[in-house]
Amino acid sequence: MSRTPLDTVEHAAATPDVELPWAELGLKKDEYERVVEILGRRPTGAELAMYSVMWSEHCSYKSSKVHLRQFGEKAPQSDALLVGIGENAGVVDVGQGYAVTFKVESHNHPSYVEPYQGAATGVGGIVRDIIAMGARPVAVVDPLRFGAADHPDTKRVLPGVVAGIGGYGNCLGLPNIGGEVVFDACYQGNPLVNAGAIGVMRHEDIHLAKASGAGNKVILYGARTGGDGIGGASILASETFDDAKPSKRPAVQVGDPFQEKLLIECTLEAFAEKLVVGIQDLGAAGLSCATSELASNGSGGMRVTLDDVPLRDSTLSPEEILMSESQERMCAVVEPAKVDRFLEICEKWDVIATVIGEVTDGDRLEIYWHGGKIVDVDPRTVAHEGPVYERPYARPSWQDELQADDANKLPRPATSDELKDQVLKLVGSPNQASKKWITSQYDHFVQGNTVLAQPEDSGMIRIDEATGLGVAIATDGNGRYAKLDPYHGAQLALAEAYRNVATTGAKPLAVSDCLNFGSPEDPAVMWQFAEAVRGLADACQQLGTPVTGGNVSLYNQTGEAAIHPTPVVAVLGVIDDVARRTPVAFQEEGQLLYLLGDTREEFSGSAWSQVVHDHLGGLPPQVDLERERLLAEILISASRDGMIDSAHDLSDGGLIQAVVESALLGGKGARLVVPDGLDAFTLLFSESAGRAIVAVPRSEEVRFNDMCGARGLPVTRIGVVDGDSVELQGEFALSLEELRVVHEETIPALLK
Amino acid sequence: MTARIGVVTFPGSLDDRDTQRAIRLAGAEPVALWHKDKDLKQVDAVVLCGGFSYGDYLRAGAIARFSPVMETVIEQAKAGLPVLGICNGFQILTEAHLLPGGMLGNDHLHFICRDQKLRVENAETSWTSDYSAGQEIHIPLKNMDGRYVADQYTLDKLEAEGRVAFRYLDFNPNGSLNDIAGITNESGNVVGLMPHPEHAVEPLIGTGRTDGLPFFTSILKKLVNA
Repeated sequence: MSRTPLDTVEHAAATPDVELPWAELGLKKDEYERVVEILGRRPTGAELAMYSVMWSEHCSYKSSKVHLRQFGEKAPQSDALLVGIGENAGVVDVGQGYAVTFKVESHNHPSYVEPYQGAATGVGGIVRDIIAMGARPVAVVDPLRFGAADHPDTKRVLPGVVAGIGGYGNCLGLPNIGGEVVFDACYQGNPLVNAGAIGVMRHEDIHLAKASGAGNKVILYGARTGGDGIGGASILASETFDDAKPSKRPAVQVGDPFQEKLLIECTLEAFAEKLVVGIQDLGAAGLSCATSELASNGSGGMRVTLDDVPLRDSTLSPEEILMSESQERMCAVVEPAKVDRFLEICEKWDVIATVIGEVTDGDRLEIYWHGGKIVDVDPRTVAHEGPVYERPYARPSWQDELQADDANKLPRPATSDELKDQVLKLVGSPNQASKKWITSQYDHFVQGNTVLAQPEDSGMIRIDEATGLGVAIATDGNGRYAKLDPYHGAQLALAEAYRNVATTGAKPLAVSDCLNFGSPEDPAVMWQFAEAVRGLADACQQLGTPVTGGNVSLYNQTGEAAIHPTPVVAVLGVIDDVARRTPVAFQEEGQLLYLLGDTREEFSGSAWSQVVHDHLGGLPPQVDLERERLLAEILISASRDGMIDSAHDLSDGGLIQAVVESALLGGKGARLVVPDGLDAFTLLFSESAGRAIVAVPRSEEVRFNDMCGARGLPVTRIGVVDGDSVELQGEFALSLEELRVVHEETIPALLK
Repeated sequence: MTARIGVVTFPGSLDDRDTQRAIRLAGAEPVALWHKDKDLKQVDAVVLCGGFSYGDYLRAGAIARFSPVMETVIEQAKAGLPVLGICNGFQILTEAHLLPGGMLGNDHLHFICRDQKLRVENAETSWTSDYSAGQEIHIPLKNMDGRYVADQYTLDKLEAEGRVAFRYLDFNPNGSLNDIAGITNESGNVVGLMPHPEHAVEPLIGTGRTDGLPFFTSILKKLVNA
């Protein structure tokens, strides 16, 4: 016997004056009043739990929705797009009957509270999104941002995050092929842990999250439901950290990658036998999300008996069961005749599976507990008709001053020695240093299809052994550029990822994004967000790469201090034959080095300005998307026709950073000359966009130059692959050994 | 006639499909074996592949060793069936006492993934005959619990009998005693190692080297010529 009467729908109707803890669950007063208006009565505790998590910023996109619409409105015509925004992940046609699904998501707040589990479950969540589309996951990538490299808390957060990503991803058997690691004091207290995943399937295997067909059974399978992560979505992801509030550790979920591995195999086996009508993973907002989304996307309603949910903790209340974010769970809709076979497959893989409800011919989502009806809602009002805010936004008052503070005015190296010292300082700075200490904790080889992995410009996976068809993915973002100019900063992130995919020889096809910003309640932050979305949507339109989905992470801010606006952009590309891929490493001595594109005096927001002068101001490099497109076409043609043996995109750190990386990876040096019209400093450190360096075999020199000339891409010979040092004629020579020590010892020394 | 080589899938096995591919590339026929099934389907040899069988709960390989399929593998290995254990498979073989010693967590306490240089110390086992003794090869390594340990008596015996099959060169990635990367049983039919030869069988893929292929051609030749 429970002490208080069960808060059923009837009970709620009869007791309109009962006060519910809507504020503690993260709802605002007007939002609660809207719930009452929708239901025509006060919600039950269970209903309140569902609305509060589903209407949280994290699940409802209430602050960002009005801006995100541009990704659809401005979407370029693309034959490649099979499933667009709104599903668990977008799906892209890559030819030969294959489809690829990919997405990037954030797990920022949980990873700050509990680095290992936060990061681990971030990987788990994105991988379930991929499975839910019907695909076998084939790779993961992890764009990460931490506070200052030498801050003591970075030593707590970074190793935990890296171990969590490795611990989970390695155990799932997914190669980790890309990502970034960036340090900046602005992420102190708000590290960004973004996780991306790619999956592959045949066109006919695409699955969607919908519950159709009255009488079809709703099966919950995977881990038992426990008390972990309750309210994680509403409380953790949607509110600014505040020192005054109690510890939120219990709201972080705990992952079990072994269970998820079983979930992958058993789900794919059920797909292969065509047993699944609709499917949804349980991530943020758990069962509340899965049931309301499945029901609202389907043709009918849904009835669920919560007593049938297998529990880890028998004392959980129905509200807690609905809100629990226990990991490694999925929900499938299966025709009655196929339920036995579905359960059999689950049993084969030792996965617990339970029929918890069925699709009805009504239009309500009804949930029962101990015989009483505790939820009776229109599922669309929970899943899709949450509040939409037109948050006020305004260009911050400090923006003009920031942009006027041009880095081109900073003192430049006066002597050859100074130039050399700054090169060493740059390649050994935490952001430009080798991230091997981190990436060597990730398995790159599993599945036996990894063609390229970090530190290559993009990760590349073979998806067909017979034909060599492959896909490439690159993720990029530069919060410093975006702070200086969010519109162009977002475009530069896209341009860089697009360029990185093309540098490896793949054709860019589609985009996913993870938009990391501060509090939407601050008009300055909201302006940054609006500008970044507008910039990204415009650029995607121009480059012909549609946004297929993604994620928004707001409230990355402590007190008044927001992070730099950080749109992280993932670009997916396709390559007909992975044997044609272009690596970063120099391959052969004697090959000629060419610089493609225009180099201007652009130092604002640059790595040089940060490392040498600790400066951030001015305007980021110019964006020329037509140039990016031409450069990409040249890089892809050159790779296909065997004209280049290595290529590296130029971005943060400029040309010298790229040359040093190619040299160290290939174990071969380079002799560089300053071309006419440029000075040594600008050649080495400028961050002008739309550029790459390539190494051309002498036999291809004429053909390559002719191609660039005919298509109007500026091409400048800057040197030759040679020797065991990186030398700038008349200025300095640095041995590979010295460069290697400086480049590779920084990160281990900081984290020891 | 070609050889049929079984690859066991445990819950949590990760490299089962990769190992099947390597067997195919070597020219043999891969046969999928299931952990709950004692039947080895009359295969000529068995590979226990890498991964985290049963989540590596309790201790890496400790639960897998008691699975139904292992009952038959243990029995037939003792009768001469060639068995190769890679990474988690090596851990299972030591737990099953088909090979001596055991594996502890890496001395640096991190997962490590790298292209590892090895020296082939014994080129006379069922799985290494296509190498030459002293040959230096590169094979990818990736593990959390790869530190090979054994008591002094066992180590001395392994060394004296030439049963250290592979040794880490240039860099010991996990603190293994005597730089041991892999060992064999007395009769040379059971071999275990931490690095992953199945990840080094195709140019372009992984590290782009094919130094791991001789594992699979060695066994194929032995079986076909038998």
